[in-house]
Amino acid sequence: MQKITTQMLVERATALLNNGTVSAVLGWKKGEYDYDVTPGVFKSAEELSEAFVYGDFSAANLSKYLIKKTDSITGKILVFLKPCDTYSFNQLLTEHRFNRESVYAVGVQCGGMVDIDKIKSIAGDGVLSVDYSSDELVVSTLYNGDVKIEKSRVLAERCVNCKSKKHVAYDELLGESGEEISSGRFDEVERLESMTPDERFAFWQNELSRCIRCNACRDACPACTCEKCVFDNPNSGVENKSPANSFEEQMFHIIRAFHVAGRCTDCGECSRVCPQNIPLHLLNRKFIKDMNDFYGEYQAGAEVGSRAPLVNYTAEDIEPSDVFNRRGEDA
Amino acid sequence: MQRIGVFVCWCGSNIAGTVDVKAVAAALKNEPGVVFSTDYQYMCSQAGQNLIKDSVREHKLTGIVVCSCSPRMHEVTFRKSAAAAGINPYMVEIANIREQCSWVHKEMPVGTEKAIILGKAAVAKVNLNAPLTPGESPVTKRALVIGGGIAGIQTALDIADAGFKVDIVEKKATIGGKMAQLDKTFPTLDCAACILTPKMVDVAQHDNVRIFSYSDVEEVKGFVGNFTVKIRKRARYVDEEKCTGCGACVEKCPQRKVPNEFNLGMDNRKAIYIPFAQAVPKVATIDPNYCTMLKTGKCGVCSKFCEVGAIDYKQKDQIIEEKYGAIVVATGFNPISMDKFDEYAYSQSKDVITSLEFERLTNAAGPTAGKLLRPSDGKHPEKIVFVQCVGSRCAAHAEKGKEYCSKICCMYTAKHAMLIRDKYPDTEVYVFYIDVRTPGKNFDEFQRRAVEEYGVHYVKGMVGKITPEGDKLKVRASDLIANKQINIDADLVVLAAAIEPDKSARSLATMLTASMDTNDFFTEAHPKLRPVESPTAGVFLSGTCQGPKDIPETVSQAGAAAAKVIGLLAKDKLTGNPCVASSDPLMCNGCSSCERVCPYGAITYEDKEFPGPNRTVKIRRVAVVNPAVCQGCGACTVACPSGAMDLNGFKNMQIMAEVDAICK
Repeated sequence: MQKITTQMLVERATALLNNGTVSAVLGWKKGEYDYDVTPGVFKSAEELSEAFVYGDFSAANLSKYLIKKTDSITGKILVFLKPCDTYSFNQLLTEHRFNRESVYAVGVQCGGMVDIDKIKSIAGDGVLSVDYSSDELVVSTLYNGDVKIEKSRVLAERCVNCKSKKHVAYDELLGESGEEISSGRFDEVERLESMTPDERFAFWQNELSRCIRCNACRDACPACTCEKCVFDNPNSGVENKSPANSFEEQMFHIIRAFHVAGRCTDCGECSRVCPQNIPLHLLNRKFIKDMNDFYGEYQAGAEVGSRAPLVNYTAEDIEPSDVFNRRGEDA
Repeated sequence: MQRIGVFVCWCGSNIAGTVDVKAVAAALKNEPGVVFSTDYQYMCSQAGQNLIKDSVREHKLTGIVVCSCSPRMHEVTFRKSAAAAGINPYMVEIANIREQCSWVHKEMPVGTEKAIILGKAAVAKVNLNAPLTPGESPVTKRALVIGGGIAGIQTALDIADAGFKVDIVEKKATIGGKMAQLDKTFPTLDCAACILTPKMVDVAQHDNVRIFSYSDVEEVKGFVGNFTVKIRKRARYVDEEKCTGCGACVEKCPQRKVPNEFNLGMDNRKAIYIPFAQAVPKVATIDPNYCTMLKTGKCGVCSKFCEVGAIDYKQKDQIIEEKYGAIVVATGFNPISMDKFDEYAYSQSKDVITSLEFERLTNAAGPTAGKLLRPSDGKHPEKIVFVQCVGSRCAAHAEKGKEYCSKICCMYTAKHAMLIRDKYPDTEVYVFYIDVRTPGKNFDEFQRRAVEEYGVHYVKGMVGKITPEGDKLKVRASDLIANKQINIDADLVVLAAAIEPDKSARSLATMLTASMDTNDFFTEAHPKLRPVESPTAGVFLSGTCQGPKDIPETVSQAGAAAAKVIGLLAKDKLTGNPCVASSDPLMCNGCSSCERVCPYGAITYEDKEFPGPNRTVKIRRVAVVNPAVCQGCGACTVACPSGAMDLNGFKNMQIMAEVDAICK
C-alpha cells in the first residue's frame, strides 16, 4: 500500500486552498517533539508548510472539531479523516451536529498510530525524535542513543484492535481505502466477562481509582457533543467536577458510557487521551458487544442516518427477560 | 419552601396491620417542608377527604403527601380533594404503602421502616412539585374493531347503532371467525350459521360500518381519541367492487388441490375461492401461493370466465390510513397445535381429530356434507372417544400445554356427544374428563341430559395413550372412580384441544402498547371493575382475546366494549395529561434520539435562533414536543444524552430527590 506522507497532504490542501474550494484546513500540527502532535487549523500555504504534519502521531480524531469550526469559519473547511475518524464523522452527521455542505472531507489511509508510552517503555525516557519513515522506527534518545523498534510492538491499543481500514465517508480519497477487519477487539471484553463479579469489580475499582476527573475523555469524545454536558449542568444534580468520593468518580465513567451507548463508534479517543491510562474504551466496547449480541451487529457511524438499536424499536427486539436469562448464568 | 401536609391512611387493617401508621406520621413530620402530619382510618372516606381539605386551610398547605394505596386506586380522589381545597391537584403525591409495602411484608418493623422511606421519597418529590394544568384534545368520532368474528361483529354493530362510524379489519377473506365454522351451539343446539349469518349481513349492510377483509393492521400511532392507523389491504387479485360472487371463476379454476382452511384441511378448495356460501364480503380471493397464473404467468382461466372483468392479477396491496378515536381488539383464538401431544396419535392417524375438526365433520356444509364418517376410510364410526383437557389445565411450567382451563370444551364435548347419539343411536360414545365444568345458564342441565337421556359414557380419568392398530385406535385410559384400567378399540377419537390467543395478538399488543399476560391474552385494566378496557386508554377488549369465553359471554363482552367506546366517542373533548415532556432549547443538541424513541410521534424539530458572540445569530436545530400528542411515557427523557428533555410531574430532579431520600 502506498505510504501517505505529510508532503502529499500539504500539496493537496494547498491546492484546495488556492483554488478556493476551502477556506481553511483542519489537520494535525507539529509540536515541540515528534510525538506532540495536536489538531490545528491552517488558513494559508505558509501555515501548512510550516506546521502541518501527518504521521504515526497524528492520532487525534478531527471530526468533533467540525462542530465548532464549521460555525466559526466562513466557507468550506477541509478535514482530513483517517478510516476510523470517518465513522465519527458519519455519526455526528446522523446527530445533525454540523452541516455536511460546510465540509470537504479528504480520506487518508492510516498505517496505525503509535503510542509514545509504549515507545518510552522500550527506548527509555528522554525521547528526542522518532523517525517513522519505515516500519522500523528509529527513536533517538538522550540517554540510550538511537533505539530501533518494530512499529508493531508500539502500536496504540486501538490500532492493534483496528476495526476498519475502510473510509465510510469522504469527498475525495488520498491513497486507497481498505476493508473492515476483524481484529479481536472484543477479546479483552470477553476476558472481563469471564471474571467473577468480585474480580471484575476489583478490576474496575483499580482502574477507575486513578481517575482525576480531568474530563479529557469527555472533551475528546466525538460522541460527547452536548451543548451542555450533564456533568457541567448545575440542574442535573451530578455536576460536581472534583470527585467527592471514589464512588462518584466511578459513576461518572459509567454514566458517560451509558450516554454514548449506541452512538460510540469505538474510535478509542477516550483511552488515548486519558493521562492515567484507564482503559475506558472497554466500557464502551462492552456495550457495543452486548448490543451486537442482543440486537444484531450494529456499527455506529457506518452510515449516516442509521437507527441505533437503543433508539429504535422493532417487534423482534429482545425481551428484557431473555437478556436476564442469557446473562443470568454469569450475573 | 413548600408547606406539606402528610396523611397516613390505615386502610382499616390493610395497612395498619403491618405498618405502625402513627410512627410513620411521626417520622415524616420531621422531613423538610412538612408542617403537618397525621393518620386516619380511611383517608378515602368522606371524613378522610374532609380532614385533608380542612388541614389545607388550617395549615396553609401548598403540597400534600398521602401514604395510602396505589395511586391507581385513589390518586384521582385525593387530587379532587386538593382541588376542592384550593390547591393545584398536581401538588398531591401518593406514597404507596399498601400494595408496595403492607401487603408484601409480614412484620411490623420491616413494614414500618419501608413505609417511612416511601413517605420520605414522596415528601422529597412534593418539595419540587409545581402546579400543572392539563390541556384538552379533540375526539375522532370513529372506532376501529380489529377482528371480524362474532365479538368484532357485535361490537361494531352496537357502536354503529349508536350512530358512530366503525371500521372492521379482518385478516381472513371473510368475516365470521370461528363461529362460522361451528355446527350447533350449546346449550340450545341452534345452528351457529343460522344465528351468525344474519349478523354478518347486518354489519355488512350497516351505513356506519366499513369492512376491510383480507387486511391487517400495520401501524398504530397516536393516543386515546386520536389514533392514526395504517391498514394493509392485501391484494386478493379480485376487484371487490366488480365481483358479484357468482362463483364461475371458482368452478372453472383448474388448480383444485389447495387445502381448504375453512374445513381445517379436511378437503380441498380451488386456488381462487370464496371461503363459504354465506361469506361476507361474498367475493372471490386468489390464493397467491397456489394460483398458477400468479406463480408462472400461464393460466388465466378465471379471468376468461369472469363476466364482469373483476380478476386483476396485477393488483397490489393497498395501504389505507385512517383516524380513530377508539380501538377494539377482537382477535379471537385458535386451538393449540397438537404437535406436542403425540401420545394421542394425532399425527399418526387421520381418525384422531380435534373438536373444531369434528364441528366441520358434522356440519352440512363440511367435507362430508354433515355425515359422520371417518376421515381415513369414510366408514361410519361405531365407537367414539372424546378426550377432554388436551393441553388445558397443564402443570405450571410444563413443557407443553396451557395452565388455564379453556372453559368451552366441557360444554361443546357434551354437545358433540349428544348430537352423535341423537343422529346415530348405534354408536357408543365415551368422554374422558378430569372434571366436568358446567357453570352457566342451563349448562349443567345440558350436560346431564347427555348422560341421562342420551346415554353418553362419562368416565372420570385421563387417556394415557392412543395407538393406531389396524383400522382401530387402541385407547388406554384409567377410570378413577372404578379404579381400573380401561382399553377401548375406538373408531374415532376427538381431542378437546386447548385454545390460545391468535398469534397476531402479540405484535398487535406491541403496536397498541397494550399489555398481555404470560399466555398472550390481553390484560384488562382491572379484572373485576374494568374488564373490557385495556390499561392503555382508548383500547378496548372484546371476546376471547382477553380470555377463554363461550359465545354468550363473548357477545355480552362485545356489547360492553361497545358501550365503553360509545361513552368515549360521545365526548367532544378529552382532558389531557399535563405530565408531558418538554425540551430545554438551550441544552438540546438536536441529535434526534428523542424523536426516534417517541412511540407517539410527538417530537418534531425546528431551527431556532440563538444569540452568538459579537451580536451574531446562531441557528440550531432543537426538539419541540407537541403536548397534545405526548402521553408522558418518559422514553425521551431517558434517551436524551444532555438532559435537555424533561417530564412535567416527573422531572429528573424530582426522581433524583426521591432516590436520594430513599438512599439517605
